[in-house]
Amino acid sequence: MLALLIPLGLIVVVIVWVVGIYNGLVRLRNQVKEAWAQVDVQLKRRFDLIPNLMETVKGYMSHERETLEAVTQARAAVAGAGSIPERMQAESGLAGALGKLMVTVEAYPDLKASANFMQLQEELTSTENKISFARQFYNQAVMSMNNKVEMFPGNIIAGMFNFAKETFFEVTEEEQREAPKVNFS
Amino acid sequence: MWEQIQANRRKSVVLVFASALLLAALGWALGEYFGGRGFGPYGIGFALIVWGIMTLVAWFQGDQVLLAVAGAKKIQKSDLPMLFNVVEEMTLASGLPKMPDVYVIDDPAPNAFAAGRRPDTAAVAVTSGLLKSLNRDELQGVIAHEMAHVKNRDVQLMLFAGVLAGAIVMLAEVGLRGMWFGGGRSRSRRDSGSDGSGIFAVLAIVLMILAPILAQLIYFAISRKREYLADASAAAFTRYPEGLASALEKIAASPRKLASANSATAPMYIINPLKRTKKMAANATGTHPPIDERVKVLRAMSGASFADYEASFRQVTGKKGVVPGSALADEEAGSAPRTRTEAPEDPLQRERARQVDDLFYKDKGWQRIACPCGTTLKLPPDFEARLARCPKCGREHPAG
Repeated sequence: MLALLIPLGLIVVVIVWVVGIYNGLVRLRNQVKEAWAQVDVQLKRRFDLIPNLMETVKGYMSHERETLEAVTQARAAVAGAGSIPERMQAESGLAGALGKLMVTVEAYPDLKASANFMQLQEELTSTENKISFARQFYNQAVMSMNNKVEMFPGNIIAGMFNFAKETFFEVTEEEQREAPKVNFS
Repeated sequence: MWEQIQANRRKSVVLVFASALLLAALGWALGEYFGGRGFGPYGIGFALIVWGIMTLVAWFQGDQVLLAVAGAKKIQKSDLPMLFNVVEEMTLASGLPKMPDVYVIDDPAPNAFAAGRRPDTAAVAVTSGLLKSLNRDELQGVIAHEMAHVKNRDVQLMLFAGVLAGAIVMLAEVGLRGMWFGGGRSRSRRDSGSDGSGIFAVLAIVLMILAPILAQLIYFAISRKREYLADASAAAFTRYPEGLASALEKIAASPRKLASANSATAPMYIINPLKRTKKMAANATGTHPPIDERVKVLRAMSGASFADYEASFRQVTGKKGVVPGSALADEEAGSAPRTRTEAPEDPLQRERARQVDDLFYKDKGWQRIACPCGTTLKLPPDFEARLARCPKCGREHPAG
């Protein structure tokens, strides 16, 4: 009787243990999903703000064709991106193009003073901030997920049930450094 | 983060418990003095009932009362888009479950406070003076500081501590007044009574004088510790300590006093709204640490994390740290400060000032007339002429 109970007990312990790890992985994956949803809301918001921005800016900045086109193209690239890593890349490009546009705007005091533009600028600034804060949470969630997936014993369970590592949403160094301080005084 | 909240709460609970003992002792003294020997326990009971009622009122009505006393007006996004956006940003950065309600107080003194027992029913309030004098980064720092109070459950704790201190002050006041006016009866009763009651009487009087002072010292001690922690959190949320530092400087430099603040609500504000002495030492009577010290700590930070704040705090004050070890341990690496390219002069500032003014025009009885040329005329309540001429196109509009 005892000889039968001990292995049975062991099996139960192992099952409980596996279930625990599995549930932990599911929880982490959902956290990553939720964090991405937060980022996504803000990215969409930025995406939606651009047509309005272009419309406002166009009249003042007819000489800045290239800069404007770069933003339009970057936006199209975002719309065309399929997978999440692709999307992240495209969003980075869009952020860079927008950054350049905002620097160029400094040379157009009339535009900067227009009420419409001021409103858009505030919305854009806020959206960029929200993206960066949401991204921080997302990257934290990805970090916890990836640690669990890679470390023993999580890696065994993750391999059995196809839990994959998630991608960090990183801003390319180049783009962040680029925005130079412009002084027209 | 949760661990950090717990660790800080534990320390504060000890202080609150000390206040509770003080309240009981005061109750006992009152009972002994006015009721005669042996009435101490009844006094304790009475003190506890008073405290209980005050706590219940504060618990269920505290936020509303606080906001009403301050004359705060709830705003929507369309009223002040920037303020609303900044609160939204800090909600994301702090990880609060729900965005707090946003209130504006029409007062030229720059200040801000947070209210709300629970993170999901919180509110932040800022004065119109603050909105007009700060730029976006500075405002973000201030809002982050207030949200940190909500996130760290300081609001809840200060409510308890505040009510406790308030109850002690009130009871002691009642007791002392009773001694002046109605004391004769009880004294004669005691004179005819047992021996040794003189010692009790002296003890009771000493307690009645000392208790309120002690209670307030404890309250201030809790409050000061919280301010540093909220500063550290604000730096971590915004990743830009300079924003809060320069905001604190600007607020401190303003000579104005907040009209609606009193000593009970003072610790709720970002800086003490009552005292305006320039060289306020970090003495026992301040609800807030000295501003220049807070600014110095923020400015000396090499990054924006809790660890950076801790290091800076030790270096500047030479005291033991304020951030609990658990918070340092579970903090993720890589919270480097943001690099900013914003010009020091904010071109949107004037627009913002106009929005803030608009918010209170109606309340103050101002009249608005939209001229067909696109200008909006704003007439003060004491405008007496029948006609108002548009300064742009010269059209005349009937006023009043």
